[in-house]
Amino acid sequence: MLDRVNWIDVGLVEDIPARGARTIATPLGEVAVFRTGAGEVFALMNRCPHANGPLSEGIVHDRHVTCPLHGRVISLATGRMRDPDTGCTPTLPVQVGEDGVIRLALVPSFANA
Amino acid sequence: MKEKLILVGNGMAGVRTLEELLARAPDRYDITVFGAEPHPNYNRIMLSPVLAGEKRFEEIVLNDRAWYEANGITLVTGERVESVDLASRTVLSAAGRSMAYDRLLLATGSDPIMIPVPGRDLPGVVTFRDLADVDAMLAASARGGEAVVIGGGLLGLEAANGLAARGMRVTVLHLMATVMERQLDKAAGFLLQRALETRGITVLTGADTGEIYGTGRVEGVRLKDGREIPAGLVVMAVGIRPSTALARAAGLAVERGVVVDDRMLTSDPAVLAVGECVQHRGATYGLVAPLWEMAKVAADQLAGRADSLYQGSVTSTKLKVTGIDVFSAGRFDGSDGEDIVFRDAARGVYKRLVVKDGRIEGAVLYGDVADGPWYFQLLKDGADVSDLRETLIFGQGAGAAARDPRAAVAALSDEAEICGCNGVCKGKIVSAIAEKGLTTLDDVRSHTKASASCGSCTGLVEQLLSLTLGDGYAAESATAKPMCKCTAHPHDDVRRLIKAKNLRSIPEIMQELEWRTAEGCGHCRPALNYYLLAAWPGEYVDDSQSRFVNERVHANIQKDGTYSVVPRMWGGLTNAAELRAIADVVDKFRIPTVKVTGGQRIDLLGVRKEDLPAVWADLNAAGMVSGHAYAKGLRTVKTCVGSEWCRFGTQDSTGMGVKLERMTWGSWAPHKIKLAVSGCPRNCAEATIKDFGVVAVDSGWELHVGGNGGMKVRACDFLCKVATEEEVLEYCGAFLQLYREEARYLERTAPWIERVGLDYVKRRIVEDAEGRRDLHARFLFSQSFSQDDPWAQRATGGVDRHEFSKLAEVG
Ligand code: SRM
Ligand SMILES: Cc1cc2nc3c(=O)[nH]c(=O)nc-3n(C[C@H](O)[C@H](O)[C@H](O)COP(=O)(O)OP(=O)(O)OC[C@H]3O[C@@H](n4cnc5c(N)ncnc54)[C@H](O)[C@@H]3O)c2cc1C
Ligand code: SF4
Ligand code: FES
Repeated sequence: MLDRVNWIDVGLVEDIPARGARTIATPLGEVAVFRTGAGEVFALMNRCPHANGPLSEGIVHDRHVTCPLHGRVISLATGRMRDPDTGCTPTLPVQVGEDGVIRLALVPSFANA
Repeated sequence: MKEKLILVGNGMAGVRTLEELLARAPDRYDITVFGAEPHPNYNRIMLSPVLAGEKRFEEIVLNDRAWYEANGITLVTGERVESVDLASRTVLSAAGRSMAYDRLLLATGSDPIMIPVPGRDLPGVVTFRDLADVDAMLAASARGGEAVVIGGGLLGLEAANGLAARGMRVTVLHLMATVMERQLDKAAGFLLQRALETRGITVLTGADTGEIYGTGRVEGVRLKDGREIPAGLVVMAVGIRPSTALARAAGLAVERGVVVDDRMLTSDPAVLAVGECVQHRGATYGLVAPLWEMAKVAADQLAGRADSLYQGSVTSTKLKVTGIDVFSAGRFDGSDGEDIVFRDAARGVYKRLVVKDGRIEGAVLYGDVADGPWYFQLLKDGADVSDLRETLIFGQGAGAAARDPRAAVAALSDEAEICGCNGVCKGKIVSAIAEKGLTTLDDVRSHTKASASCGSCTGLVEQLLSLTLGDGYAAESATAKPMCKCTAHPHDDVRRLIKAKNLRSIPEIMQELEWRTAEGCGHCRPALNYYLLAAWPGEYVDDSQSRFVNERVHANIQKDGTYSVVPRMWGGLTNAAELRAIADVVDKFRIPTVKVTGGQRIDLLGVRKEDLPAVWADLNAAGMVSGHAYAKGLRTVKTCVGSEWCRFGTQDSTGMGVKLERMTWGSWAPHKIKLAVSGCPRNCAEATIKDFGVVAVDSGWELHVGGNGGMKVRACDFLCKVATEEEVLEYCGAFLQLYREEARYLERTAPWIERVGLDYVKRRIVEDAEGRRDLHARFLFSQSFSQDDPWAQRATGGVDRHEFSKLAEVG
């Protein structure tokens, strides 16, 4: 199904600091695009499931981000909060081309619980 | 008239004997001490941590000059005693000083052995015995390059580790097949060698030194098999020999050491001897534990209580190389006892006990040495362990459902030695806690000296506190508590190891200290970033991705994702131009809320992130800089109007506050720091609940420290009173630097002071003038790199541009 979606170029990987994030304004709301220390790229809605904290401002470690407002830890891959907290942020599909261009699809999905 | 006692040898055994004597008969003797070294008595065993950079010399001094003075002892340092005349009872010093004695105490220690190879006299060849040796090694290591250590025993390995920690490439030459073969069996020796090699130390076993070569100074070592190892520094650590020349020339009975009987008397009853220079019942010793026992017996003799006898000592060994745990006691090789062995390769643990006729004869532990003291006690007591045979190797708590460390400590006998460095047993600590009402680790350290040196028994001492006080003891568990789930290391270890192992970046720390996660977490990363910043001012490059968002973007995040902006108002002062500029940015950027803060300045709330650089640019243009309202660092300096206007004011508190703020702004710290200056004791600036508070009085300034408001209000402790503004600045800088260097991340000054004790802070800041000046100088040095307005860097300097713009807008 994903090959029929509309991939949108949003910028270059190198525009995002390693272990950091940038944001993208979209009709769905703000999306946060993360780049991990290992160079992986993930996209999530920029809202913490707890109280809407801007996840893009959190500290990124491995494949997780610690929310800046109250310190919950969220998985970048699934959007799920780490145990024992419960809650989930929608994730969005991203691809990184050989040219380093990040492509985003505006189809948020919740991880299967 | 008092009798005259002369001590020759101002070292650990001699001075300990004097301490024991003063406790028994403080007024009996007129005491003079001759020491060949130019220093007061220090803890020789701690030279290894000094070399490795884990301790400073001042921290290992056991008796400072004030101690000698307070006890009426004449101390002559840097002056060797050349001869003793037993007949006339006089000593003659190298400076030609002749002095008579009634009793003479010899405690001349040992001399390092030099193997008689060509080139041993070349400059650059040193031994490892005293501070002068350490200084020589440090000077050589400052130049970097290669070092060779001859001898793979305890001293050689500690020297090698220290030099490697100082950045030298080190090769250890060891004659035997495995290192420390006198204390360790082959398996443990092998594990140890491997651990050293992973630290970059090369170990050559079976290496027989042929000569040391070089023209004018050492250039390397040639082995008998022809191999050459280049080196600009050669440390000879092949063993020690009791220092007996003085006694021998005097005509005392000397064999390998100065011969003493069970009362520590030499062949001339007016002369006693203690420490490494003696030979007792045929044995000589090279460790401190026997000294404590000898010192008591010798003191009894000198005090005229002739009741105690020295029976000889059984010793155990620990290697003081941070991160490598090795323990050994008793006999294991060549014993026909039964071996019990336990290995855990994954954890790198090896334990071996030798049991004969139901008693422990020897113990070698590698990797997990927690049960060392227990085995050692069983060994010394000759206890029957037949019933424990099945579980013995698993340690003291084995068998019990859960391994309760307190139970293990509770089971120790009163004579069990807890602190090996200072020879303190369990009974002494427990009775000190009970009788003197001690409640903290620091109390125990200052009263008993236990845990005050290398610190490896800190856990045991804490167990004793908790056992003795029950619920009354609020465990300072952070000493042992890991920083976070990513590591086993507590904060203090990490701080120490960053320096000791010269760790310069977060990935390097995580690698070297074996972090369990690849990149740490939101707890440890900011802490590590701060520790590196504090350890290497001017060199470490801040990792902004390891900063909490507020410190990364230099504004405080609000619950709706907007930010607040708080410009600095020095000492709470402002003026029309600043207020006008603030009013203008409020209008221009439609900032919804303007509030006067509790910190005497103005908060602009609800600024959009992308507007921040422009807001800052406008404020910068009016001369305003960041107020660091977001920082783990200096926040505000509150002041009152003071003598400029107030009818009660005694000094210019506003001006003092401004000067303090000018000096301290921009500093990073373990937690936020707040200052205040009040102009009289009415204290309108609330200076006595600040991290550093100043209250002016007619004759000067009272300094208060360690207070805060917040959830748990704590009023300051009074530190001292000073006369001038310069002193206020110096004490403030020194205090903040001490806190910066020693507190744990996110520990404010209030809990920090409660943990380390006000006495400690006074000792470092008030009593030690030179130390205070050093701290202050280090504070100013690191400030020279951090007083750069972060707003200007971002508003006009282009720093972190990506922070304040979106990556894209789509749709
Ligand atoms: C703005 C201000 C309230 C006000 O409107 O007056 C304020 C606002 C906040 N304070 Fe405060 N504190 C403010 C003065 C104080 C004071 C009063 C003082 O400094 O004299 C105290 C008690 C004194 C003290 O610190 O000892 C105070 C004790 C705290 C504490 C508790 C600290 C503690 O050690 O227990 C926190 C929590 C913390 O830091 O972890 C805190 C945390 C906060 C935070 C940073 C909460 C947060 O993490 O977001 C608030 C940020 C607001 C913002 O975005 O600007 N604030 N806060 C004051 C700013 C002062 C300034 O000019 O910089
Ligand atoms: C680097 C190092 C690490 C060590 N680590 C440990 C350890 O981990 N555990 C342990 O148990 N032991 C350790 N030791 C051994 C321990 O330090 C000694 O056992 C202890 O210091 C011996 O005390 P002492 O008083 O007999 O001799 P010293 O402490 O050496 O004191 C003798 C003093 O007498 C002076 N002197 C000698 N002759 C004269 C003279 N004619 N006139 C005036 N002064 C004179 C010397 O200069 C010296 O200062 C270590 C030693 C070193 C060097
Ligand atoms: S008292 Fe609480 S609510 Fe008020 S500013 Fe401080 S932290 Fe925020
Ligand atoms: S909003 Fe993220 S933890 Fe509260």
